[in-house]
Parts: sequence; C-alpha cells; structure tokens
Amino acid sequence: MKRSITRLLMAPSVILLLVWMVIPLSMTIYFSTIRYNLLYPGRNNFVGLQNFEFFITDPGFIPAVANTLILLLSVLIITVVIGVVLSALIDKPFFGQGIVRVLLISPFFIMPTVNALIWKNMMMNPVYGIFAWISQSLGLEPIDWLSSYPLMSVIIMVSWQWLPFAILVFVTALQSQDTEQKEAAQMDGATGFHIFRYLTIPHLARPIAVVVMIETIFLLAVFAEIFVSTGGGPGYDSTNLAYLIYNQALLQYDVGVASAGGLFAVLLANIVAFFLIRAVGKNLTV
Amino acid sequence: MTLNQQRKLKTILTGLFAWTIALVLFFPIFWMFITSFKTELQAISIPPTLFFEPTLDNFKIVQERSDYIHHAWNSVVTSFGATILALIIAIPAAYSMAFFPGKRTKDILLWMLSTKMLPAVGVLVPIYILCRDYGLLDSRLALIIIFTLMNLPIVVWMLFSYFKDLPKEILEAARMDGATPWDEVVKVVLPLSVGAISSTALLSIVLCWNEAFWSLNLTASEAAPLTAMIASYSSPEGLFWAKLSAASTLACAPIVIFGWFCQKQLVQGLTFGAVK
Repeated sequence: MKRSITRLLMAPSVILLLVWMVIPLSMTIYFSTIRYNLLYPGRNNFVGLQNFEFFITDPGFIPAVANTLILLLSVLIITVVIGVVLSALIDKPFFGQGIVRVLLISPFFIMPTVNALIWKNMMMNPVYGIFAWISQSLGLEPIDWLSSYPLMSVIIMVSWQWLPFAILVFVTALQSQDTEQKEAAQMDGATGFHIFRYLTIPHLARPIAVVVMIETIFLLAVFAEIFVSTGGGPGYDSTNLAYLIYNQALLQYDVGVASAGGLFAVLLANIVAFFLIRAVGKNLTV
Repeated sequence: MTLNQQRKLKTILTGLFAWTIALVLFFPIFWMFITSFKTELQAISIPPTLFFEPTLDNFKIVQERSDYIHHAWNSVVTSFGATILALIIAIPAAYSMAFFPGKRTKDILLWMLSTKMLPAVGVLVPIYILCRDYGLLDSRLALIIIFTLMNLPIVVWMLFSYFKDLPKEILEAARMDGATPWDEVVKVVLPLSVGAISSTALLSIVLCWNEAFWSLNLTASEAAPLTAMIASYSSPEGLFWAKLSAASTLACAPIVIFGWFCQKQLVQGLTFGAVK
C-alpha cells in the first residue's frame, strides 16, 4: 500500500492527539504568565514568572510534590512486590481458581469515588468502621486513619485498587512459564527460593515493566480518592499536585497560579515519563 | 507421606491461601453490597451485623433523591459514545501501523502514549475555560470528546498489539486472490479481530465509566455521570451508610459484572499483549 494512504489512516489519531496536547498546553503557558483570577475579571496584565513564584512558595507546594512521589512509589512497590510474591504462591491449579480470579480482579473495576467512600466510611471510620471493630476486639485503641495517617490511608485505598491488577497480570504471565525448566531445577536440588529468584523473577521482568508503566500513568493523577476521602488534609498532609492545582483553580479561582502549577505537573510527569518510556520502550517489541 | 499425598496437600494449601487473599481483597466490596440491604441502624451497629432481614428501601430512596437512572444514562451515553468514537479513529491508525510499519512507527506509538502522561490537572484550566466559552459545561458532549481523547492512546496501543500478532500470511493470501485494501480490512482483518476490538472497547468503557477527574470538574447535575453523583454522597450526608452503599452498589454493579466476564481479555489488552 502507498505511504500516503497509511499516513491518511494515521492522520486523525495523530492530529487529534496533537491538538489535545498543544492547544490546552499553549493556553496554560499563556495563562501562567498573566494575572488571571476569575473573581476579578478584566485585570489580566502580564506578570512574567510571578505565578510560578507564588505556586512554588505556596506552603502546600513542597508537601504536594513529596506526597505525589511518595504515593507513586509506595503504591508501585506495594503492588509489584506483594503482587509478585502472591502470584508466585498461587501459580498452581487449585479448587475454584476461576472464582478466585473473579473476586481478585473486582476492586480494579470499583470507581475511585466509591473506593474512597467505602474505605473512608465502612473500613476506616474510627467509631463504626471494620478496622475499629477489629482493634477493639483485640483490645486495642481504634485508629482514626484519615486524620492520623491521611497519606497512608490514601495509599491503602489506591493499592487496594491496583494490587489485583498486578496479581492478575503476573499470574497470567506465570502460566506461560516453562514448567519443565522448573522441574529440572527442582531435580537438581534448587530450593523454592532459588527457583523464585532465578527463574520466576526474570520471567516476570517484562510484565513488571508493563505494570509499572500503566500504574504510573494513572497514579501521577490520583485525584478522586483524595477529593472524596481527606480533601487533601489535614493541612497539606494528603495533598498531591493534582489536588493542589485543583484547589488553586476551582476553589480559589486563581487561573494564573493554577496554570503555573499545571505546567509544573507537566514537567514532573515528563521527567517520570522520560525514564519510564526509555526503560519500558526497550521491553516492547514494535 | 508419599509424593502424591504431598502434592495433594500442597494444592490444598495453595488453594486455601489463594481463597484467603481473594476474600480479604474482596471484603470491602462484599461489605458495601450487604450494607446496601440494611437499615441505617443496622449499618452502623457494632459489632457489625452479618444476619439481618434485607430491605430494598435504600435503593428506592437513592432513585428518588438523586435520580439514579438519569446519572446512569449519562454514564452509559458518555462511555459508549467515547468508546465508539475512539474505535473509529483508532482502528485505521492501528491497522496502518501494524501492517505497514515505517521507520517512525515506534516513535509515533511512544509519543501517543506519552500524551497520556500529560497530567489532566495541567490542562484542567484551559479545558474548563474552553467548555465555559462554548457553552459545553455540564454537557455530555464535552465529556464524550474528552474521554475519547483521553483513551485514544491506549486504544491505539491495544489494537496495534493485536493487529501486529495477526498472521500476515492470511493477508497475503487474500491479496493474491485479488482483494483490494478495503476488502482486506473489511473481510479479513476486522472479522479476525472481533475479539480484540471488543476487549479494547470493554476496557475503554470501564475507564470512561470510572473516570472521575473530568466528570467531577466539568459537570453539575445535567450531565453528571455516576462517578460525580456518588461524590455528592461524600458530604456529611455520607453518614447515611446504607443509602450510600445502595448508591455505590448501583453505580459499580454494571461495570464490575461487565469486568468479570472479560477479565482475561482485559488483562491481555491492558498489557498490550506483552503478557500472554
């Protein structure tokens, strides 16, 4: 087929994504250099880098960047490490495997807003929650999760959503592992740990890369869980970049500062993406 | 113990372990589900009630108070609309990249994926202002357009991975028989990829259905899908757990059941075929 036709077929996707990227981004760049507050219309003069200064010196800025990265890394570590171990342990046929898979994958389909509400009210509530009840039954003091450990609470919610996905991907990958190789290793006296370390882990390298990539895309933008459960608080303890910018833009109506923040988020995402795409790109055969 | 007995014991232990993990991870969903059939008093009783007379009152109240059907319809329209649009745009692109790859195909694919890294918050303000200026705030059309663009990279990637794995010989055979490119696509590629296209569609529907950032920020009452409706229960009224659970169950059930039926394809799709 002619190259012009292949280009024509690709054009709609490429052009639309380009527009989706360029127009809002250039508007954001423009807004970030003017004074622009929706509460004070008509006073949109050029202010240079002042908005960036405001955003970066905002008391919420450093906590928000830290929280974004802590959230990303913790959930990645939790889901990948626990996911690999659990899937290695359940990678053999057993009774009711189909039902177990169905139960396991379910949290992945729960919408983030509902996820946050279930955990906030029914699990972590210090008076009526299941956790409180368990603590009391064990004779311990119930913990007020959302106010005492707000970021950890969000990490638990988000990990709960993504762990099943990781397990399922790894289990699927393990089923294609060469069993003969494993049996041969066993015959040669390899322990379970050795098999796990030298056969299972290398076999999972690519699925792990894929899981890390997909999760990173979604985790950098965690919003609904925070919006619904902690509202970023107490203080800035569970505010991430997404929530901080939302706060500037739609609660304080300061479009200029929010745009500066938006550009910062784009920058951060690009730094992460740069490393990620280089690492994962190698793993994907095109 | 004989070797056989040892194996049996191992299977049983593996099974018990797997069931335990699955039940623990599923517990919050189970709890939400049964709480939706309780009275408000039973919902917050300590110790938690496991046995009770189920009631459907909560579901009735949810429908009356927040018009579940209206928001569910918004969810359906936006997720199906965006999915269909994304497929129409993505299928030709994925087809041409998979069957006629050029030097820059890989770069284009990675670039597309990198647009997913563009944080939504980074462009929230301009999109909000554009929607406001064109009267698209709180409209389903705006959500459909945004969801389409949001999922387009993933849809292209998934379809590309599937198309790439189709045996090229079939296409060559068709070409020998004098098939035009159009015939090739309509009579050979599409029928062979019905499964791939439908699982891509399923994933896109799930992602749209659960999308919260844009729907929370761009809709109010008219176009709000279920995600946004549920968030309104996070107010102090969220203390009515039984009703909250009923609303949540109603919001999640369609997509969870949907997911159960296609979990295998979804995993394959989401990992771009890298995991078989």
